[in-house]
Amino acid sequence: MPEPILTEGTAPDRSAKQPSVPEAADRILTGWGRTSPTAARVITPGEPADVVQSLSSHNGAVRPGVIARGLGRSYGDAAQCAGGLVIETGRLDWIGAIDDAGEVEVDAGVSLAALLGTSLPQGWFVPVTPGTRQVTIGGAIAADIHGKNHHRDGSFCGHVASITLATPTGVLQVSQSLDPALFWATAGGMGLTGVILGAKIRMRRVETAWMRVDTERHGELQGLMDALERVDTIHRYSVAWLDCSARGRHLGRGILDAGDHASRSELSASAARDPLAAPHDAWFKVPVAVPAGLVGGLSVAAFNRAWYAKSPSRPGRIRPLGGFFHPLDAVANWNRLFGPRGFVQYQFVVPSDRRDVIVSTLELLQRAGAACSMAVLKRFGPGDPGPLSFPMAGWTLALDLPVGPPGLRRALRELDQLVLAAHGRVYLAKDSRLTPAAFAAMYPRLSEFETTLRRVDPEGLMQSDLSRRLRIGSDTR
Amino acid sequence: MNDAFARPNSILVLGATSDIARAIVGLLVRDGCERVVLAGRDQVRLAEAAGEAKEAGANFVATLGFDANDVDQAAAVVDSGFSAAGRVDLVVVGLGLLADQPEDERDPRRVTRCLTVNFTWPAAALTRVAEHFREQGSGRALVLSSVAGVRVRRSNYIYGSAKAGLDAYARSLHQTLAGSGGAITVVRPGFVVSRMTEGRSAPPISTTPDAVARDAVAALERGAEVVWSPGYLAAIFRVLRLLPEAIWRRLPF
Repeated sequence: MPEPILTEGTAPDRSAKQPSVPEAADRILTGWGRTSPTAARVITPGEPADVVQSLSSHNGAVRPGVIARGLGRSYGDAAQCAGGLVIETGRLDWIGAIDDAGEVEVDAGVSLAALLGTSLPQGWFVPVTPGTRQVTIGGAIAADIHGKNHHRDGSFCGHVASITLATPTGVLQVSQSLDPALFWATAGGMGLTGVILGAKIRMRRVETAWMRVDTERHGELQGLMDALERVDTIHRYSVAWLDCSARGRHLGRGILDAGDHASRSELSASAARDPLAAPHDAWFKVPVAVPAGLVGGLSVAAFNRAWYAKSPSRPGRIRPLGGFFHPLDAVANWNRLFGPRGFVQYQFVVPSDRRDVIVSTLELLQRAGAACSMAVLKRFGPGDPGPLSFPMAGWTLALDLPVGPPGLRRALRELDQLVLAAHGRVYLAKDSRLTPAAFAAMYPRLSEFETTLRRVDPEGLMQSDLSRRLRIGSDTR
Repeated sequence: MNDAFARPNSILVLGATSDIARAIVGLLVRDGCERVVLAGRDQVRLAEAAGEAKEAGANFVATLGFDANDVDQAAAVVDSGFSAAGRVDLVVVGLGLLADQPEDERDPRRVTRCLTVNFTWPAAALTRVAEHFREQGSGRALVLSSVAGVRVRRSNYIYGSAKAGLDAYARSLHQTLAGSGGAITVVRPGFVVSRMTEGRSAPPISTTPDAVARDAVAALERGAEVVWSPGYLAAIFRVLRLLPEAIWRRLPF
């Protein structure tokens, strides 16, 4: 176990920033799916030292419970802590200089959008990005996020050289060689090992901010899955969108995008003038109040069909990177479209030889009358050593499901059993409804994770609504 | 903690021997609720209810005795319930006592008893429950009100007045909880054929404890503030509330 280090000793130069006192406010928090609201005291510290201070001052509180929160893009209850303390990392936004090897030190609250804004013009891309740029480095590590390149590059934490972690027992610098147990418990550990203050990330060299994309439309699932297997041997990035409303012989029809970073020589003359221009912000914003049921069976089916129809097969198109990686970012607050009851995202992975689970899932949800507005299918490469890290070799399917249809809850319980029986698992960053028993069965290395927790957080200070719901570390909590 | 469908993992039931409360517990436990604390007066029935909850699949069941005539103990009962359950996601307030009209009308002690059990004790308990919700940053209470309190009738005004009070109190308390993470849902069943109404002739529209429980549990997902059971009573009472007193008084129920 490494010696605790002082934050002052390793802190980057922050002389340009204003000193700060964290202000506390009681706020109702939910995840991106806007289900299960609970209230917590929220602080937004401006300095890592303030985080350390609030962790120690919270020690011995009557009711423990502290969790970090980035941009709130976890779909469920991972970044909320009813009655406890939530530490927002938004003001921990320092970005260091990118060295020649592409390594960059960043604070936990830096978003991928902000990092790309700095790094892309210098020819560096983030090693892994999810479907949105609006996630923080802290969140990316805590969820050990994956992207369209998982089959080739693995998940985010494989590209993290070191993490600065404020645990309840001290601030630690951890890496894959220095305290690997704590490093990998933090990778995908949903913030339960402590508050991530910052990390050193290995970036990827790119020539342009453009992608060369092959789009293929497939009229049924098996052909689409065959194609995904084929393109993964050729392309760095791949993903497929399924039309959930298609039934029978069209079940699982969809659009496959396979891409690679474009080189300068491939760009048009106008694009070549500024080949590394960063992607711009959202085009639209959804208003606060959207009535319940706007995203329902009919609108969802129409949307799926339109999406399918508008995407004919096209090879080698040069597209801006933002549209390829982050289609969701075109509309800010798109989660509000689902109305006041919110939505559930169900994402699971099953081994490569269990294609049948993907078929059964689509059929089961159709039988249950669930309106699935978005379904994304992708192949994963091998997982990393994190005991709670989600990815493993196989097929992953992510489904957006508005809360409302009466049979949805039970259908998802059935899905849990299907996934479990196939030795698969559900992604915690998306989860808002798993049971403790199903979770423990899906993550058999839970006790290994809890052993590390006991070491860095013997009092059970770090908690979230997710950890309480799933009873993670329940022996100390 | 609740899941995304607002289904609780841990519940505290005040008045756990009532038929509606037992039906609610049964539904929630079969749906995955694991921790149940049952509070009630009748020890035999309480033990029965606990057995039911265990059989339905709860892995922690505790019971708690209390007397709803003892208003001073209400807060203590709630405190014991919360400490036994750990964290409470849902409190069901299900206690109730029908007055024996017209016999009770001239007996101030009996009137007081009915008001205490149906209004004063639950209101005191809810006040304490709200305090716990504020501290937890979460929690919902399901309060069993009645259509008898929506517009009070001559034939059942002691019980009806108490429920009218409880209904108003609970809805107001809900407003004070805004922003705290806590919330209160009022459930207004019609005439329920149950142990409480044994020996009374059912009006043309009546319902069962199971049906009320289903409506109440379904309302959790919507986060409804008021639940009518059956649902169409909302429309009926919108009209009944407007009737002139002279006509209301003559209605045959």
